Amino acid sequence: MFGLRYLENVVTLRLNPAGCTGCGRCVEVCPHQVFALEGRKARIDDCDACMECGACAKNCPVRVITVDAGVGCASGMINEWLQYHNIRRGGGGSCC
Amino acid sequence: MKIHQVKKITRSTRIPQANAADRCCGSGKGTETASCCGPLMIVAGGEITDKVPGFISWVGTAAEKVPRIATSLTYADHAGACMARWGINRMRYIVPPGRYAIGTPGPDAPVLVTGNYKMSFDMVRNALSGRNAWLLVLETFGVNVWCAAGKGTFGTAELVRRIQKTGLHQAVSHRQLLLPILGAPGVSAHEVAKRTGFTVRYAAIRAEDLPSFLDNGMVTTPEMRKIGFTTYDRLVLVPVEIVLTLKSIALFGGALFLAALLANGFGAATVMTLAYLGAVLTGVAIVPVLLPWIPGRSFAVKGALAGVVWSADLYLYAGGGSWSVTTTIAAFLALPAICAFYALNFTGCTTYTSPSGVKKEMHLGMPAMGSAVIAAVLLLVVGRFL
Ligand code: SF4
Ligand code: SF4
Repeated sequence: MFGLRYLENVVTLRLNPAGCTGCGRCVEVCPHQVFALEGRKARIDDCDACMECGACAKNCPVRVITVDAGVGCASGMINEWLQYHNIRRGGGGSCC
Repeated sequence: MKIHQVKKITRSTRIPQANAADRCCGSGKGTETASCCGPLMIVAGGEITDKVPGFISWVGTAAEKVPRIATSLTYADHAGACMARWGINRMRYIVPPGRYAIGTPGPDAPVLVTGNYKMSFDMVRNALSGRNAWLLVLETFGVNVWCAAGKGTFGTAELVRRIQKTGLHQAVSHRQLLLPILGAPGVSAHEVAKRTGFTVRYAAIRAEDLPSFLDNGMVTTPEMRKIGFTTYDRLVLVPVEIVLTLKSIALFGGALFLAALLANGFGAATVMTLAYLGAVLTGVAIVPVLLPWIPGRSFAVKGALAGVVWSADLYLYAGGGSWSVTTTIAAFLALPAICAFYALNFTGCTTYTSPSGVKKEMHLGMPAMGSAVIAAVLLLVVGRFL
């Protein structure tokens, strides 16, 4: 995406192609073109482009995709981090 | 462990379900703003009445309560969007969930699904001007589709419930729903099909692509499913980010000014406070706007680099020659750290950062930033007694 790429080798996205039916949903929902269909199987084409939104995993009818989706909110995570290290108290989840 | 708890309640704000005709404060194709996850308070959209935005008339039977709505936006719609971007009245920027009619839709008209953040609603109806369609608005508590999908309010359960509640099975003869692609993280298409018989098509990311999608036999081109993060997208996020940091700026800026006033007098206190404010603004506004041109992938690194440039500017133009060695080192430590912190915070608004990446940056970056600030404070204190 025009030079905007995030860190490498951090993404938790996994695909187990064995059960894949080639339905193409993962290609349809991914806003970053992470998947490609090759014949009747999906393949992870650009793992580092994944932003872990979870759309592919949620929409794969045979559940062969896993991704640790969820927290994206930096300020929420920073608050958590501070609380975890007892630097700041209270106000958990103040982000949302 | 704790981090897992947060997963359920927090969600990035990132942006847009739909970029389209929101001409807030100028012209151009806007992106729906969403600062951190939208409203803090949960507000529901209420019941449909003849006061819904763009109301023209009722269609169908009185019991159905389906309003026909206009597709052109009024001055008030634009003004409201503009204010929402500055964080004003955002909590009430909401429309009632339910089924709406655009034009004179029959049983074969397409059904488009969106959330009840008013900006989403406006973008979609505006994009459908001159067409006949049903708009199914889900209760997302005034949060845009993207954030709501992350929280699960734009999700399978609400979609199924809304289909049943609005009598969609009777209203249309076909069994297809068109959803925004950025709603997919919340919806399980095969679940919806199993529970309602409706198949889900993810049409496009941006509402502005809906006309060409509908005109070209409902084909989603690769372009339509590519998320962008243009300079304009980033620019419209800045105001609300600034508004959200005002409180901490006032708090820390005020404390800093007082401390410096007592220790070094008025002149030094003013310079220090301005240096601090500049570092915050660089992180909150300059880094997001210049994002693609600042080297590095890590937001903390981008922020720190911008902070070094800010410190150098100060040094050159605010009398750095007269600074003591300790003051100079302190400035070059603390200001980039502050800037890096706010830049890292912006990952919550982007359309491409992964939570795992942010987590990694935090675990490496936060201790570094904290140490830099503490070291700077110690240097300033030591410098006073040298
Ligand atoms: S998690 Fe989101 S960004 Fe990552 S591959 Fe799946 S759909 Fe694409
Ligand atoms: S959604 Fe699942 S089954 Fe369908 S192509 Fe992708 S991986 Fe294969």
